[in-house]
Amino acid sequence: MATLIETLPHQRKADHHRPWPRLIVGAEGWRLATGYLATGHLTLLGLWGDGPIVHMAVLDQRDVAVLSYECKKGTFPSVSTAHPPAGRMERAVRDLNGLNAVGAPDTRPWLDLGFWETGRPLGKGCAATKPAPYKFLPAEGEGLHQVAVGPVHASIIEPGHFRLTCNGEHVVRLEQRFGWTHKGVESLMAGSSLNKAAQLAGRVSGDSTVAYAWAFAQAVEAARQMQVPPRAIYLRALMAELERLANHFGDIGAVCNDASFAIMHAHCGILRERTLRAAHACFSHRLMMDRIVPGGVSNDLAPEGLAQIRALLEDAKLKFPRLVELYDNTASLQDRTVTSGIVRAELARQYGAGGYVGRASGRGFDARRAFAYAPYDTLIFEVPVLNAGDVDARVWIRIREVEQSMALIEQIMARLPNGAIRTPLAGNGQVREGVGFAEAFRGDVMVWLRLAGDGRVERCHLRDASWFQWPLLEAAIEDNIVADFPLCNKSFNCSYSGHDL
Amino acid sequence: MRKTLFESLTRGPLTEPPSAPDEAALAELAQTVNRAARARLGRSLSIRHVDAGSCNGCELEIQAVNNAFHDLERFGLRFVASPRHADVLTVTGPVTRNMREALLRVYNATPDPKWVVAIGDCAANGGIFAGSYAVAGGVNDIVPVDLHIRGCPPSPIDLLKGLVALIEHVT
Ligand code: SF4
Repeated sequence: MATLIETLPHQRKADHHRPWPRLIVGAEGWRLATGYLATGHLTLLGLWGDGPIVHMAVLDQRDVAVLSYECKKGTFPSVSTAHPPAGRMERAVRDLNGLNAVGAPDTRPWLDLGFWETGRPLGKGCAATKPAPYKFLPAEGEGLHQVAVGPVHASIIEPGHFRLTCNGEHVVRLEQRFGWTHKGVESLMAGSSLNKAAQLAGRVSGDSTVAYAWAFAQAVEAARQMQVPPRAIYLRALMAELERLANHFGDIGAVCNDASFAIMHAHCGILRERTLRAAHACFSHRLMMDRIVPGGVSNDLAPEGLAQIRALLEDAKLKFPRLVELYDNTASLQDRTVTSGIVRAELARQYGAGGYVGRASGRGFDARRAFAYAPYDTLIFEVPVLNAGDVDARVWIRIREVEQSMALIEQIMARLPNGAIRTPLAGNGQVREGVGFAEAFRGDVMVWLRLAGDGRVERCHLRDASWFQWPLLEAAIEDNIVADFPLCNKSFNCSYSGHDL
Repeated sequence: MRKTLFESLTRGPLTEPPSAPDEAALAELAQTVNRAARARLGRSLSIRHVDAGSCNGCELEIQAVNNAFHDLERFGLRFVASPRHADVLTVTGPVTRNMREALLRVYNATPDPKWVVAIGDCAANGGIFAGSYAVAGGVNDIVPVDLHIRGCPPSPIDLLKGLVALIEHVT
């Protein structure tokens, strides 16, 4: 059966775009795709600018396509008019590339807060914009008051601004304002060597450095049609699952801590620390930065590392179930997490929310399953899905994923092939394009890139799962009490840096 | 729950022996911390953390100094929620242009005497992000820094060594 994507009217297919096609579309194809997004037949994976072209990546079941529209007069038909999840991306494309979405309901700046050296840094460039007062959305009514939080937050977390409009204790509206940690990663990547670009990719969101490096490597390997040695593939998965474990342990504890239940935080913190130490023993870096590189991995597993992982798993198998029981049986904790911050299934689907945010609200998408990239095509694991959509469900998804990751690590260790860990880069000389996905602990990371003939990166776009999760936090917090905001926020644990880039 | 609590009481702590202050950090501090008279802070310092644009990797390791293994508070150092309560600012990240003003405001809101610790390679000079249109520079380009703790990210042990050197020096 022809997929929906194949039926989209297009002028031609890009010549060297892998592993999925890139279709060059006109207004008709673009609008039709927008319509399919609005009706839920397609899911938006990303929208970004590239010179005078705007691309959008869409998902049709398990097929992906990139649609490219040339903005003849610097404009393109707005997607967000019909499909709100594109809204922030259109605003970012305007800030970065100077391409305008015609008919967009919201044209306020998004990442450009008025402080950059140049405006439109990824486009033609222009004089820096003046910081104009930002118009927050109005909320009117008797007795409403506003609570403004950030960009600097009270704990050791990233910067972002939250504007809460409240009626007494109840939140009537949350509006987020981001861009504070914008570092211009994509513009630093343009023209940089593959090595430098890989390092940058691993520093888009430090907590997901493995997933980013993997998605980046997959995009390069797809573009250059390279084969990665089997041992490297398994080592990548080992790193990815260790990263997932460490983050989930940390998050489960931190959510409980935001409900003032410190003992869970302390014990989960111990498991997290043990995981990071095992990672260090295996790959000589606690977060495993720069270990996944295009073509394979940079370090082989240290022989003494496996024993550390075994000890970690043994310890966690003993302790973690007791912590889960503690979580489940503590009424005061459950009182805070159950029914707080509900994300409706319909919204999760519309936004294509990945990770535990989607999976706690009935959307069972997991890049490891959907795209079955090696070695997940041969490993046995379940993708847990729940429907309650509350803080509690997001904690439970993490709990189940901890169990799955531990089982995956055992499989990986049992099957770890011998042999080379890296293939030399091949296929230079031609312009090539590729897309890569990796499932980070918080959801799918997408990397799209075009490599120049000399091996440099011409354009690279990295899309964090947070883009489609942050907006749902705005919806989830409505009608909750202000005091539950930190709890809900932690249960999402979206990335600021990954979003701001 | 009772079982977990009981075990916590009977089992020895996981906390590891204290780290010796870092020699290089002591040397840097000896040069920089001369503008404030050594305050009588009773060997206790309050830290306010500011992420001025990091990739969040540094934050993960700063959080880790609070875990049971490292237990920062035993050295008399603790993180507080407001700059008004702080003696020390820890700052991470290349300072993005978007965060520059926020960092300055936090600095100005912190009462004297105060010390600034720049954490991570990015905080030292912008690191891998240096040269971007969106990056203002290292922390020292915006506010005076007393101590740099390098690393990408620095490990919790490196952080402990640096912070312990700081408290040795100023109290
Ligand atoms: S020093 Fe490294 S870990 Fe810290 S913010 Fe910079 S890139 Fe991230």
